Amino acid sequence: MNAVELRNVSLTLGDRTILTGIGLDIAMGEFIGVLGPNGSGKTTLMRAILGLVPPSHGSIHVLGRPATRGNPAIGYMPQARHFASDLRLSGRDFVASVSNGHRLGLPVQGRTARAEMEHALRLVGAQELARRPLAELSGGERQRLLLAQALIGKPQLLLLDEPLISLDPHRQQEVVDLVRTLKADLGIAVLFSAHDVNALLGAIDKVLYLGSGQAALGTSDEVITGPVLSRLYGSHIDVVRAGGRIFVMSGSCCAEAEEHRHESAPTGRQPRHSGHA
Amino acid sequence: MLEMLRYDFMRNAFAAAAVVAIVAGTVGYFLVLRGQTFAGHALAHVGFTGATGAVLLGIAPIWGLVLATVAAGVGMGFMGERLAQRDVAIGLVLALALGLGLLFLHFFTAFATQATTLLFGNVLAVDMRTVWVLLALGSVSLATLAVISRPLLFASLHPELAEAKGVSLRLYSVLFLAVVALATAECAQIVGVLLVFALMVGPAAAAQRLTSAMAAGVLLSAVLALLEAWSGIALAYYTDWPSSFWITALSAAVYLITTLPRPMDRLASAAPR
Repeated sequence: MNAVELRNVSLTLGDRTILTGIGLDIAMGEFIGVLGPNGSGKTTLMRAILGLVPPSHGSIHVLGRPATRGNPAIGYMPQARHFASDLRLSGRDFVASVSNGHRLGLPVQGRTARAEMEHALRLVGAQELARRPLAELSGGERQRLLLAQALIGKPQLLLLDEPLISLDPHRQQEVVDLVRTLKADLGIAVLFSAHDVNALLGAIDKVLYLGSGQAALGTSDEVITGPVLSRLYGSHIDVVRAGGRIFVMSGSCCAEAEEHRHESAPTGRQPRHSGHA
Repeated sequence: MLEMLRYDFMRNAFAAAAVVAIVAGTVGYFLVLRGQTFAGHALAHVGFTGATGAVLLGIAPIWGLVLATVAAGVGMGFMGERLAQRDVAIGLVLALALGLGLLFLHFFTAFATQATTLLFGNVLAVDMRTVWVLLALGSVSLATLAVISRPLLFASLHPELAEAKGVSLRLYSVLFLAVVALATAECAQIVGVLLVFALMVGPAAAAQRLTSAMAAGVLLSAVLALLEAWSGIALAYYTDWPSSFWITALSAAVYLITTLPRPMDRLASAAPR
């Protein structure tokens, strides 16, 4: 049984086509880095796996069953929002609100739910910091709590949407290492979207690269190559591997993660993302 | 001290204030948590139109208030996030609501006293019958909140996740705003439509600054609202100043005190992390 199976899947949002005719298998226990330029469909793909965006064509299976909303076997960490950073609520109450959150009644945790929450907090090393109000936590600490929240309910598949956003490189590495440990200890499949593959190198089993409505799945050596990325970006892309890092360049400019870094030499050509070949 | 309890109107005032403060403090906690405090303010304005309309039709103002706020609350819940960005539209609707209320009062003869009571409240004029009505409405409001509180919190704190788990964000938004509407209509009986913030938002915001534990926060919010309302009435009795003034003053003062830096915080921030 695969964790996720896509058969000839097309996804559309309104009249915008996000992905066209995608087929892929993600095995149980695989750690997949989901990459691609902004708007390439990383979040939409996760929402489709969650059953929130029905495919306009094709079928999506999650753990052997058609994707449906409310699947308890999926743990989900949405992209960080800034709203939580103002809350005076304790981290523990924030995470606890996920326990049986869909059921009516008072938000009182039973013994099992409490034990499960404490277990999730322990897994991400957040038992101590969960005592503090969210407003007093750093971005990385809040990410830990969101990760703990995603682990409640013993998921078989984790969907993590941009967990590294707005973290410094050191904290990024901490989060990646934590997810790798969780994946190994719990044997769960992980889809982890990010802007820069370098933070994930060494931790991920495969890369799922999205672009121009298409997708490529394989090891980073197979997928992050000039020909594959040129097809996905719809323009000529060079890939340079140096010092254990990967640089994706459009013309002579860094295409991947250009929002975060501009390391390449100044150039007349701007990175091109949106081109349709 | 207890001599003021010899009067019927004082006993009624304390009873009404107790019911309303507990409802307002509890509902207000969730309102502040969801960042929807403005909704409470808006509902109160719409309530003014309902109350004055009811007066014009010869019905007790509280029923007009309840009807208008609940209808507006449900409407706002359905509009959802589209409403959040439209502050010009909301502002105009609020002004229109007060303007319409004024028009309705214009057709009614006992203009000045009715207007002042609706706008600023007069808890000392509450009769026993109203206390019972407040108790019934308050029970409905708190019972509904108790039933929906778990999914409401889930939807408030983790909206994307709640949606993925099959929780309808819109349903809980509508139900919660209906609860807020009832609480607003209750508050308006004590402090008037313009000062609803004092009981709904002040104690809840102060409680959230004082404790980060949710259960303790809800309890503290209700207790603060109760103490502020009762102290306000007692001070009004001794000074002969309006009780609404005292309640708003106490609410503001308590919130202000909770925003002051505490010695413990300074120690914590001075220590290396």
